[in-house]
Amino acid sequence: MRSLRRFIDKIKPQFQKGGKFEKLQSTFEGFETFLFVPDKVTSAGAHIRDSMDMKRTMIVVVIALLPALLFGMYNAGYQHFLATGEAGTFWQIFSYGFLRVFPLIVVSYVTGLTIEFIFAQIRGHEINEGFLVTGMLIPLVMPVDVPLWMVAVSTAFAVIIGKEVFGGTGMNILNPALTARAFLFFAYPAEMTGDKVWIAGMKEGTGILDGYTGSTALGELAQNISERIPADLNSFLGFIPGSVGETSKLAILIGAIILIYAGVGSWKIMLSVFAGGLLMGLIFNGFAANEYMALPAYKHFLMGGFAFGAVFMATDPVTASQTETGKWIYGLLTGMLAILIRVLNPAYPEGMMLAILLMNVFAPLIDYYVVESNVKKRLKRIRRSPAGNRKQTY
Amino acid sequence: MKHWKLLTNPLNDENPITVQVLGICSVLAVTVQMKPAIVMAASVIVVTACANLIVSLLRTTIPPRIRIIIQLVVIAFLVILVDQVLKAYLYDVSKKLSVFVGLIITNCILMGRLEAFAMNNRPWESFLDGIGNGAGYGMILIVLSTIRELFGSGSLLGYQVIPEGFYKLGYVDNGMMILPPMALITVGIIIWVQRGYNRKLIEK
Repeated sequence: MRSLRRFIDKIKPQFQKGGKFEKLQSTFEGFETFLFVPDKVTSAGAHIRDSMDMKRTMIVVVIALLPALLFGMYNAGYQHFLATGEAGTFWQIFSYGFLRVFPLIVVSYVTGLTIEFIFAQIRGHEINEGFLVTGMLIPLVMPVDVPLWMVAVSTAFAVIIGKEVFGGTGMNILNPALTARAFLFFAYPAEMTGDKVWIAGMKEGTGILDGYTGSTALGELAQNISERIPADLNSFLGFIPGSVGETSKLAILIGAIILIYAGVGSWKIMLSVFAGGLLMGLIFNGFAANEYMALPAYKHFLMGGFAFGAVFMATDPVTASQTETGKWIYGLLTGMLAILIRVLNPAYPEGMMLAILLMNVFAPLIDYYVVESNVKKRLKRIRRSPAGNRKQTY
Repeated sequence: MKHWKLLTNPLNDENPITVQVLGICSVLAVTVQMKPAIVMAASVIVVTACANLIVSLLRTTIPPRIRIIIQLVVIAFLVILVDQVLKAYLYDVSKKLSVFVGLIITNCILMGRLEAFAMNNRPWESFLDGIGNGAGYGMILIVLSTIRELFGSGSLLGYQVIPEGFYKLGYVDNGMMILPPMALITVGIIIWVQRGYNRKLIEK
């Protein structure tokens, strides 16, 4: 460790102003602060001093994602072995899934980071760490069988159009990982929907058992088929087909606990998203006009990406509401919209993605009105108090 | 020299779409394929040029209080003319363009040029200004439709450009290019590129 520090100190002058590699300064800085805690400390003024710089925040989220990722890898293998009818040991299953999922991660990181580095260099900014999380989220919300070049294209789209055009990390309106997924969903619908994409190797169709269907519960319910919904325990543990990271609610729960414990993710948003979903589910239960509407409300949480979206996507500190009251409104509406889209629009079996993206757009508006109403409330208080009255007579 | 400026200014510095952001609606609608886009571009050039010319000839006799109605009558007359010609000679393209030829009447570029230019300038200058602005609009239309048709359908002017082998290797046409939102994003990218080299356009 110390020799690494010495090496960095030795080459540092070359990257500073006037040095040989001055142009690559932001790249250098990015690596240096990635490896070591930055030595710059604010010296004047009343700043909050905290050990959580953005890199540490992002690392916490990545750690919270790990259970979902590891289980996703295992499940990718598990589903494949189930579909082909072969038996495999734990390691065979896991390594098969690992080999299918790992390339997705590599492609997403390489594409995204290359673009981030290029933009940082051109603008002369420091490299931002936002992509550490986005790059991990993107493979987790993709079907395991998605072609790699599509991952690259959608990542590039999300980083450039979803983030960089607005000014980079922290300035984006939409969640970049979901932007990538939405792009893929609309641009290449054949790879994102249907009953062939969720299980590794199913599209080529070699060795798959006759009559084995790879459809998800959501896909079937959209056509009002409810006989084959997996058992609750299976859905909770995650042994169902689906996007890589979304299947295991248990792994997501562990992630949620890490996020809340570290104070990185807002529990208010998570809770209100689930509350909104439950509310909408109960409203539909009241009508119960078809099988989907009659589905017990809690089952919505066990299917598809509802839980994953609520914990990792809706809580994105940049695109969610910033005010505390706003977070409740934002979360409730996200949950309600997600179930609304799921149940009423068969063209979009998974409503979570669209619901979060839509609420991302509305988050600033919610914040604006929350702040306004607070201003009004306080003005009223001043007017009512005797001190305020005196002031007004002046 | 001054006349030359009238023709070239709308292509870049005062482009009706990328700088003034007018007529976006039809831009999103007709640029899925190149052929309708080219026909649309030609129609708009004809209509803007002729409308500018006619209104400029009438400008001293038009009573100011009812000038908008008179301008609209002139535009509507020209648009119907263009529409009939398209129906007679390019029926299938005209069917693809559907209402958007008729909607040239409401295209902001037309009213904008008539109000801002033809009402105060001589016929010849107005005519050139009309051609320039129509061409500025058409240029973006053609660039946009080239991008959208190439990536959205893999063809140009209806001819398959991306070789069959690509599809066999797993290439898939981008379905989002066919949808209007991507057209809006592509217009945004064109504006970005334009401002990248034309520093005059960047607001202080």
